[in-house]
Amino acid sequence: MADLTSVQMTTYRDAVADGIARELRRDPTVVCIGEDIGKAGGVFKTTVGLFEEFGAGRVWDTPISEQAIMGAAMGAAMTGMRPVAEIMFSDFLACCWDYLANEIPKARYMTGGQLTVPLVVRTANGGGLGFGAQHSQSVENWALTVPGLKIAAPSTPSDVVGLMASAIRSDDPVVFFEHKGLFASKGEAAPPGHVVPLGEARVAREGSDVTVVALAATVPLALAAAAELEGDGISLEVIDLRCLVPLDMATVFGSLSKSSRLIVVEENPYQGGWGATVVSIVADEGFEMLDAPIRRVASENVPLPFADALEQRVIPTVDKLVEAVRRLMSY
Amino acid sequence: MTENTIERVATSTLLDWYEQMAVIRGTEKAAHDLFLRGLVKGTTHLAAGHEAVAVGTSAALRPDDYVFATYRGHHHAIARGATPEGCLAELMQKATGVCKAKGGSMHLTQADHGMLGSYAIVGAHLPMANGAAWSAKLRGTTQVAVAFFGDGATNIGAFHEALNLAAVWKLPVIFVCENNRYMEYTPIASVTSVPNPAADRAAANGMPGVLVDGNDVVAVHDTMSVAVERARSDNGPTVVEALTYRHFGHSRTDPATYRPPEEVEEWMARDPLTVARQRLLDFGASREVVDAADARAAEVVASASRAAQDAPAADPAQAFTDVWADGGAAWRT
Ligand SMILES: Cc1ncc(C[n+]2csc(CCOP(=O)(O)OP(=O)(O)O)c2C)c(N)n1
Ligand SMILES: [Mg+2]
Repeated sequence: MADLTSVQMTTYRDAVADGIARELRRDPTVVCIGEDIGKAGGVFKTTVGLFEEFGAGRVWDTPISEQAIMGAAMGAAMTGMRPVAEIMFSDFLACCWDYLANEIPKARYMTGGQLTVPLVVRTANGGGLGFGAQHSQSVENWALTVPGLKIAAPSTPSDVVGLMASAIRSDDPVVFFEHKGLFASKGEAAPPGHVVPLGEARVAREGSDVTVVALAATVPLALAAAAELEGDGISLEVIDLRCLVPLDMATVFGSLSKSSRLIVVEENPYQGGWGATVVSIVADEGFEMLDAPIRRVASENVPLPFADALEQRVIPTVDKLVEAVRRLMSY
Repeated sequence: MTENTIERVATSTLLDWYEQMAVIRGTEKAAHDLFLRGLVKGTTHLAAGHEAVAVGTSAALRPDDYVFATYRGHHHAIARGATPEGCLAELMQKATGVCKAKGGSMHLTQADHGMLGSYAIVGAHLPMANGAAWSAKLRGTTQVAVAFFGDGATNIGAFHEALNLAAVWKLPVIFVCENNRYMEYTPIASVTSVPNPAADRAAANGMPGVLVDGNDVVAVHDTMSVAVERARSDNGPTVVEALTYRHFGHSRTDPATYRPPEEVEEWMARDPLTVARQRLLDFGASREVVDAADARAAEVVASASRAAQDAPAADPAQAFTDVWADGGAAWRT
């Protein structure tokens, strides 16, 4: 057991700036670009201190021009830089979707390997904060529809730092989803030199009855459900995927071989959500491992409403997951 | 070869540009012939008529400068160093194609010559050219970046976002519009708020906007030299609008019947090769010397076409390479 008094705690929000700063320090080709990321420190305060430490030559404020931001990052990435572009809210990815759908993921392939685009697109994702239909979406599934993008979505401060290191060092383009609902959450600070490889899921909690596959904000949600169900003698194994591409199905299958039951908990809508990809792989390749039907707890297929009570009705909650587990256990 | 001291360009230089244009024209003609023989599939957007824009610009650039082109980009790829053989092989789906037959006509690229791609989403590459220019500035290399685009691209958001950011960041980038008067089938004039779709938008973004005869390789070279020098000496971006005309329809399936015959005739008479040939003769070059350049170009194209036809077809296994930087395509474990 670690000596808790010596463990340094930090917020998810501060971990973002810390993760970027570590890479800015070690590699002079890393450069940040985005709206209000400089002196203002970002609208979510996730780039606080970067402008002060690294200056205007490394941290570039832009006009409100999402296409210009993405294009600039892409052109710089193919000519020797490692840009880290911020798109303020993930909803706004729609304003520059061409770059994530048609340009960035295809540049290497359609040129027969001539171009390399080592860039990171960071964006604040997810709901639960009452920001309404155009500022609350979980859109990690948008990125998952496009071959050629790597996708990271950390759930803890140390994973933010570790995955940021891998994302920035990656020679492939990475979309990095930072969950708005987690910014204020606390966890152990990442040790120096901390790197989490892309595509390695983490068993966030060991258990034996049901495998719960989660991502970003649904990880703490699943852990809360696990704590609640423990009292009833139901043991959940919670897997934090950490990345959607590369997708670590080996860890999922490893867990299923013990539990034989699978629930996926995802914040993007049920229609077209990433859980559908996970469960289709399990259906294709792991059907014999299952002793019960697969369940998906996802957002409802409606736009996100503003009022708390309505929003909670739409997005996954601890209660919904607990209920889904109970029903699965009585199957 | 006699040097003409009155003109800004030596006869030998102009002859070289003429020959480059002839190679581009011949390569596209070969592509068309191969299509008729069923050896080229898919679509092509021929640049015939636009050659002077590519060759004149390329002559004003350093080898390490960057260019970004559109799906109508054969001329830019070849002007920046892609071989006719590599381009024809790409169109013929051969393993030796410039993009290993994964790109095709619309995506010709020669990255080792700074030709950083041909893009088929209208306007998307203007912000990328900004990025390359920004990178050159960050790395302190004095390289410049050029984005070539059609008149139609001047009405898409990315164009306007790109011009503004380029001006604000004073980027070493030149936006070169190849105004051939039409988008696919619709005249640009019928859908645009200003007479000169690119040049007239420059002022709103605090940069010079220049019109140039895009069928005169010398004029293109001279205009581009000024814009390139301005960019290279850290004085910011320029919009250059080159007036030109395509000899064929928008793409393979378009007979271009929407264009008035007098207009076509007028522009065909101003074919950039005809204009350059006449200027060479005016400079005192002999007909034989110019014909010899044509013959050399024809031979380059003929041997390129033969080599491309003889090259091995693309291996289907190549569908699973080059997704990721490690060379592979694995997306899960
Ligand atoms: C964003 C987008 N919209 C529409 C198209 C379909 N399209 C391809 S080329 C073209 C016309 C473009 O005209 P212009 O920019 O003048 O270039 P030109 O073909 O004349 O060289 C259109 C509409 C596209 N490729 N991308
Ligand atoms: Mg046009």
